[in-house]
Amino acid sequence: MKPFTYQRAATPAEAARVAAEMPGSRFIAGGTNLLDLMKLQIETPGHLVDVNHLGLDRIEPTAEGGLRIGAMVRNTDLAADKRVRRDYAVLSRALLSGASAQLRNKATTGGNLLQRTRCPYFYEPSKPCNKRVPGSGCAALGGFNRNLAVLGTSDKCIATHPSDMAVAMRVLDATVETVSPDGTTRSIPIADFHRLPGDTPHIETQLGRGELITGVMLPAPIGGLHVYRKVRDRASYAFAVVSIAAVVAPGRARLAYGGLAHKPWRVEAAEALVADGAAAVAKTAFAGARTTPENAFKLPLAQRLTASVLADGKV
Amino acid sequence: MSLTRRDAMIMSGVAVAAGATGTEAESAPASTRPPPQADIRLTVNGQARRLQLDSRVSLLDALREHLHLTGSKKGCDHGQCGACTVTVNGRRINSCLSLAVMHDGDEIGTIEGLGRPGRLHPMQAAFIAHDGFQCGYCTPGQICSAVAMLEEIKDGIPSHVTEDLNDVRYSADEVRERMSGNICRCAAYPNIVAAIDDVHGGRA
Ligand SMILES: Cc1cc2nc3c(=O)[nH]c(=O)nc-3n(C[C@H](O)[C@H](O)[C@H](O)COP(=O)(O)OP(=O)(O)OC[C@H]3O[C@@H](n4cnc5c(N)ncnc54)[C@H](O)[C@@H]3O)c2cc1C
Ligand code: SF4
Ligand code: FES
Ligand code: FES
Repeated sequence: MKPFTYQRAATPAEAARVAAEMPGSRFIAGGTNLLDLMKLQIETPGHLVDVNHLGLDRIEPTAEGGLRIGAMVRNTDLAADKRVRRDYAVLSRALLSGASAQLRNKATTGGNLLQRTRCPYFYEPSKPCNKRVPGSGCAALGGFNRNLAVLGTSDKCIATHPSDMAVAMRVLDATVETVSPDGTTRSIPIADFHRLPGDTPHIETQLGRGELITGVMLPAPIGGLHVYRKVRDRASYAFAVVSIAAVVAPGRARLAYGGLAHKPWRVEAAEALVADGAAAVAKTAFAGARTTPENAFKLPLAQRLTASVLADGKV
Repeated sequence: MSLTRRDAMIMSGVAVAAGATGTEAESAPASTRPPPQADIRLTVNGQARRLQLDSRVSLLDALREHLHLTGSKKGCDHGQCGACTVTVNGRRINSCLSLAVMHDGDEIGTIEGLGRPGRLHPMQAAFIAHDGFQCGYCTPGQICSAVAMLEEIKDGIPSHVTEDLNDVRYSADEVRERMSGNICRCAAYPNIVAAIDDVHGGRA
């Protein structure tokens, strides 16, 4: 690991300001992704700004009838919150399907949104990777890509975003709240928060330099049956191959997919077709897919997951 | 543990640096002037400990290499195996994926604090009674994890296999899911579940 200086920030605005001022800064929250990557020297920050002591660890009701989740709320606490279990069960389910209990006790809401891809070549410094070293190429395109993306990909990168939590937040239409180094705040709809790889796969979100996530806002509850179904290579403690977050009720459904793209994948136009069945939904939701011989199985798998949640919800 | 010191550290944004030379330190802006080492206070198994450490030292290495509490093990060093499981302020975490400096002021619990020969923690006794190990490398992590896991069930924290999120109950399936972060290369899993079952049922 490269040497770095370390500092505990006192306020969100101070954290953002310091991160912008100190070259090579990174925020550290739970550290479960950042430290992993620092040990491999894939991330080499010169300065760490510890954001664990900013008072952003509460879940509070909003005036609109929703919830505001502090960026430092641990994954365990978010999944176990009584209001989340009751009104946003898809979020509890998604969180509980991820990682292990030890990791969820440490991982935070903000850090989970910003965790980096699990593409095997991103982790392998001897191989080209446009995300790790912009312009170096993409070893995954002609390599082992069984678990990589089939939608929204580019010639530069076919990585997926590995978060389960983010897929549930997408189906719930969450909003990411931030503070910038100059003290201004803004709200970013989760649909726009993560970017597709395009020509710049190393730029993964809309966040600017030093911009700190302060929280995630959930709109008022929408009822329905909440399901998170995750297909993976073992029954526990594994990333998704394909997952679906669904809120379903007779005649309507909201559907977001994990494991298919560089961001949670949701196509609202496809949701309008639920009455016609899973094949109709899949045709629209997965239009323009680009598969490899190794990962083509993801599309029929995602369609079957769609059928299963529509059946659950008696749509 | 001094709260005043910790507050001061938080408020002034005191920074620490690894291996910085005097000259580098002097040229840094005053608010972030880096002393070469981090000054860290931990309470470990109820005892106050003070350490001067390179900011890169993980909590696991601080415990093993600097406090010589070698019960916690390093299996993968990447959060994948659970051999390094300890509790921080009562909750289990992977100590390999956390920096010691981030835990200034925290209370750490390790296998050494659970029990010792002659007065074992019930979970330690149950692991012995059930042969819940072969080589024993994963065992301290398994035991720390299992003790904390039973508390999580008591606190009503749901898991992936909890059918009704609002009705958390103990079961062997729950144990298997909740202990999935602790890998046992010797595959002592059935005996580990049996040991935990005994402690849950008050038989150990
Ligand atoms: C073995 C293993 C298995 C896993 N399995 C799963 C799984 O099945 N599903 C899943 O979804 N995840 C899984 N994870 C990933 C885990 O969920 C993430 O590591 C975790 O959520 C990251 O949160 P953190 O708080 O620890 O982030 P950190 O590591 O602290 O930070 C991650 C990134 O976010 C930035 N950051 C953190 N907080 C903020 C903020 N408030 N504002 C701006 N930037 C910020 C950091 O600078 C860093 O770049 C797994 C991890 C491991 C190690
Ligand atoms: S898919 Fe993306 S992350 Fe993977 S090797 Fe290619 S550029 Fe790197
Ligand atoms: S050594 Fe920490 S999880 Fe393996
Ligand atoms: S007893 Fe050998 S790894 Fe578990």
